[in-house]
Amino acid sequence: MPGWLFGSLTAEHCGSCSSAAMAWLVVRLAISVSLLYTASAVFEDQVGKFDWRQQFIGKVRFALFDTQSQASKKLLVATDKNVFASLNSRTGDLFWRHVDKTGPEGHIDTLLMYGQDAVVVVGNGRLLRSWETTVGGLKWETVLDTGSFQAAALVGVQDHVKYVAVLKKSSISLHDLSSGSQIWVENLPDSDTVQYQTIYSGGNGLVFVLGVVPNSHIVIVEYKIEDGEIMNKKSVEAAWMSSLETSCTIISSGILLCADQITQSLYTLPLQSAEQTEMRQIHLQTLDLEVASGFQPVLTSTQPNPAQPPLSEFFLQLSPDHHILLQLKDNLIAPLRDFNPSYLAAFATSGERTVAAVMSPKNDTACSINLFSADTGRRHLDTTIIYHMDPNGGKPNRLYVHAFLKKDDSVGYRVMVQTEDLTLTFLQQPGRVVWMREEALADVVTMEMVDLPFTGTQAELEGEFGKKADGLLPMVLKRLSSQFILLQAWLAHLWKLFYDARKPRSSVKNEITIDTLSRDEFNLQKMMVMVTASGKLFGIDSKSGTILWKQYLENIQPNSVFKLIVQRTTAHFPHPPQCTLLIKDKDTGLGSLYVFNPIFGKKSQIGVPALPRPILQTLLLPVIDQDYAKVLLLIDDQYKVTAFPSTKNVLQQLQDTASSIFFYLVDSSQGKLSGFRLRKDLSTELIWEVVIPAEVQKIVAVKGKRANEHVHSQGRVMGDRSVLYKYLNPNLLAVITESTDTHQERSFVGIFLIDGVTGRIVHEAVQRKARGPVHFVHSENWVVYVYWNSKFRRNEFSVLELFEGAELYNSTVFSSLDRPHPPQVLQQSYIFPAPISTLEATLTEKGITSRHLLVGLPSGNILSLPKMFLDPRRPEVVSEQSREENLIPYAPEMPIREEWFINYNQTVSRVRGIYTAPSGLESTCLVVAYGLDIYQTRVFPSKQFDVLKDDYDYVLISSVLFGLFFATMISKRLAEVKLLNRAWR
Amino acid sequence: MAMIRVLSLILSVLSTVTLLWTQSGECNNGRRSGDAVDTDFSGFSVPLEHSFEVDDVPRFRLRGALQFRGGRENGVYLSQNQLSEKDRNTLKDVAAVDGLYRIRVPRVSLQMDRQTERQSEGYLTTFVRACSLVESHLSDVITLHTDVSGYVIGVSIVTIPGSCRGIEVEDEVDLEVFNTTVSVVSPVTAPPPETAPYIERMEQEMEKKGKNPQEQKSFFAKYWYLILGGAVFLMATSSAQTPPGGAREQS
Repeated sequence: MPGWLFGSLTAEHCGSCSSAAMAWLVVRLAISVSLLYTASAVFEDQVGKFDWRQQFIGKVRFALFDTQSQASKKLLVATDKNVFASLNSRTGDLFWRHVDKTGPEGHIDTLLMYGQDAVVVVGNGRLLRSWETTVGGLKWETVLDTGSFQAAALVGVQDHVKYVAVLKKSSISLHDLSSGSQIWVENLPDSDTVQYQTIYSGGNGLVFVLGVVPNSHIVIVEYKIEDGEIMNKKSVEAAWMSSLETSCTIISSGILLCADQITQSLYTLPLQSAEQTEMRQIHLQTLDLEVASGFQPVLTSTQPNPAQPPLSEFFLQLSPDHHILLQLKDNLIAPLRDFNPSYLAAFATSGERTVAAVMSPKNDTACSINLFSADTGRRHLDTTIIYHMDPNGGKPNRLYVHAFLKKDDSVGYRVMVQTEDLTLTFLQQPGRVVWMREEALADVVTMEMVDLPFTGTQAELEGEFGKKADGLLPMVLKRLSSQFILLQAWLAHLWKLFYDARKPRSSVKNEITIDTLSRDEFNLQKMMVMVTASGKLFGIDSKSGTILWKQYLENIQPNSVFKLIVQRTTAHFPHPPQCTLLIKDKDTGLGSLYVFNPIFGKKSQIGVPALPRPILQTLLLPVIDQDYAKVLLLIDDQYKVTAFPSTKNVLQQLQDTASSIFFYLVDSSQGKLSGFRLRKDLSTELIWEVVIPAEVQKIVAVKGKRANEHVHSQGRVMGDRSVLYKYLNPNLLAVITESTDTHQERSFVGIFLIDGVTGRIVHEAVQRKARGPVHFVHSENWVVYVYWNSKFRRNEFSVLELFEGAELYNSTVFSSLDRPHPPQVLQQSYIFPAPISTLEATLTEKGITSRHLLVGLPSGNILSLPKMFLDPRRPEVVSEQSREENLIPYAPEMPIREEWFINYNQTVSRVRGIYTAPSGLESTCLVVAYGLDIYQTRVFPSKQFDVLKDDYDYVLISSVLFGLFFATMISKRLAEVKLLNRAWR
Repeated sequence: MAMIRVLSLILSVLSTVTLLWTQSGECNNGRRSGDAVDTDFSGFSVPLEHSFEVDDVPRFRLRGALQFRGGRENGVYLSQNQLSEKDRNTLKDVAAVDGLYRIRVPRVSLQMDRQTERQSEGYLTTFVRACSLVESHLSDVITLHTDVSGYVIGVSIVTIPGSCRGIEVEDEVDLEVFNTTVSVVSPVTAPPPETAPYIERMEQEMEKKGKNPQEQKSFFAKYWYLILGGAVFLMATSSAQTPPGGAREQS
């Protein structure tokens, strides 16, 4: 065991040095020895061997294809996660990615592209940036005047795009496209009453700004590009209009076109004409069209070149699945082609030719996308792309088209389809999926790791034990047959090894599919079940990162809370493993259950209880039903308990054990923690109450211990060979509060350790001059929390350890009801020289391996910090006994070493959570860090003490062995000959 | 009514009350608690109620009064009545069915200057198994927890010993008087990183180093004779060997 190793090392070393050894030397020695033992960096040749990273971008809001050159593979995207990136349109990989600040500060308002430049407005009109699109370098950045962003447009003069105009709530500014310098800025007239929303330039030296006074009139202001002079200003009656942005567009040579649902009409108005002071109304009836009731008609036009006016063709969407291509010609609107039904429509331009792609339903599972020429509405031949909809996915909701000219001058195209479940699919003719990205994974909410099932043979052997005994002879036969099957499987395995060894290495590729999934020798490969905020579930192979199954749950409210529970693991063959997802609406609290098989992702046929009332708490009991599923208790707002599964067997068991089932509820708005006990009739009774006044401090987090955690040693051996027993209360809750007073001198963070059964406050401490956000880990007999020291303006770690003392009150079993003596609490704090995003502790099978803390840093690194550094028993002054115990002398600052970064240069952007799971090897803990990216690796907190190293010299050891063997044989023979000779003499 | 109550209180024999200072843990057993309930000596008192019912539906009755003394130290003192025979029997019955013995205190502030707002609605409740209370012969420890501003946020009760072994308590006298230890616990201040002592220690070590003249000497100052000797030796050996080598090379 590594702990002993460390001990022997120190002892040995100190034996050699004189008894008067200086403390400083010991300090350094201890630190260096501890480093020797905790160094956990990977070697260069280990990179990518057992770890992988996947990078995501989020939900695409803007996507632009580089149409400058035919060979360009660039696809620029800006997403709701404030990510601006360039994708390789051939493979879907990232060329480069810029992750901006989270929240409104980094929000990407718009994305414009011209040539090699991409212009981005960030943070509600705070910054204007221009990026070089090939390498993703920043060309220039300008800070814009204050004011909320409305619109931006590229402005061209004489067929050349030179400027970018930005419209704010009360001003308009023009910037040079090559340098970003501001040409002019003008205040908008009457900006307190008029809502300016749209900007338009047709390349004729003028910029039009369009505003609306809702349900009254439209205001059109003309600016001269050179100096920003107002050339003209007029207002036009439009009593029916509430918003320009949603109902209007500009087509042809500067004609404003609007659609209104109530009057069932289209309206046109030439922007520049002086005589027309009223919008011309065109009833849709005259075109034989009708807008679906309750649907806001959508107009889509296209302006292929910002220096030229838009085309006179446009799409009108009349209902969610009805588009029509119309044309404005000689002041008349004429339909070119009616697309009914059609889901999505989009324009694309290549060179001089503009085409329209329309997605129409083909059958239940597929859609067809066709290309039409924009000016005539005629269908291009042989341009159909069949898009197969994923039966477990969502509906397509965005279509991005990349058109290009083929060698024979016909138009070819590729499309990118984004669906409701945030899947990006890139297709080319005739329907080949070029690549796919699952952007829902950019927002993982919660996850679990599930063991993979046994192979057929393993299961066969396992199944033998599960069955009822039916006589001696059948059992023996059964055993023999299963042993025979095992032998057969082993031989087949050997044969496969032999066969594969003859093939070149590259062709032996183990393709992982859902059918070949099976548990490996050390249970290192598991199924990662990930729940994303969009309501899509994923099953990912932890070894390779391959998505093995996905399931989109429809009708999930965007602010839902998810809780994933593993009710039955893979251990109960032939019963399939079972996971339950509790989806709770944050506003109403109403919940629903989704039960599925975590290995195959299939929805389970088990009937789930209806949950008519809001759910307050869930509780997974160790009680199992006859099918080995753990019982889940759901407590509603009337403190009634629903059991799932609720078979007779379960109810009987619950009745028997009801008096020992306790649960707690937290009401953070009132600061109330209350404990309940289950009654036999599945009602509950209140048994304790703790109220932390919400006026002074509010509860920010409550955490118990992880149920699958094992603690190997009951106590710690002290320097004098006595044992300090740990206070291992499985029912202990760590409650963290933050003061309502945020003044830096008076703010504090409160830590309460409360027994969840009796409500007894085991320990209560306040960290003065501290502020959140607090991250904490509660495990074994310790709590580690991180807070912000508002006085010294730094992050600090604090560790609390609980001990029962030199003797155990009851060494056989822990009962919260019978543990009268309060534990001894030790605490120490340290300075941590970096901000922190998240915190988690490693977890191993039996808890023998020493623990490490995994600290997610905002820089994207994950630090593996030995728990040894967070030990409240670290002495101020080194003594013989503390040396014996291997305690590192106290130092107020926590070190950060680069080699402790478990993800070397594979940073995880915006890391939000770290999940740890034990593997079959005691030394190894599986780690998944998720945020914008997902990173999976293994850590070995005490090194790989139970595995031979990768570079273990098998040849040497076997040659020595064989050498010795033959040497003995030969010498034996020689000795025999010698003996014989002597006897003859 | 008042007369009867006073009489009954006087009639009640010595009830055991333990007075515990949080600091010293000083005990004062066997103190008379006659008319303690409503007295107020520079502090104030709050009622402590308990409930033990065979049907497990809480019906709280007065058990005693917690008296808080003014001043700096959170002195608390519990005066309580002994259990009546009916109560004793009920308690034994509750213990037999493994029922709960619950106590509750109102939510109050223990700060003297907040007397006016100290009474807020609601109670803080907790429980202990009735059997363990019986088996421990009514020896319990009640702890009141306060927050930083002196509000009582939680109460806990444990019995010593806390186990339920099913021992029959024969003697009625054992169940008459509570042997209670009561204390108030306010939150401890968590230690901040201790930079000052660490720096001090480092400085001391530096000083110690400085005092030791052997340490101060540089490498050359310490071993100059060895280096010199080595150099001389090297020179001597090289000068002895060069001529033949050099001669050979030249030839």
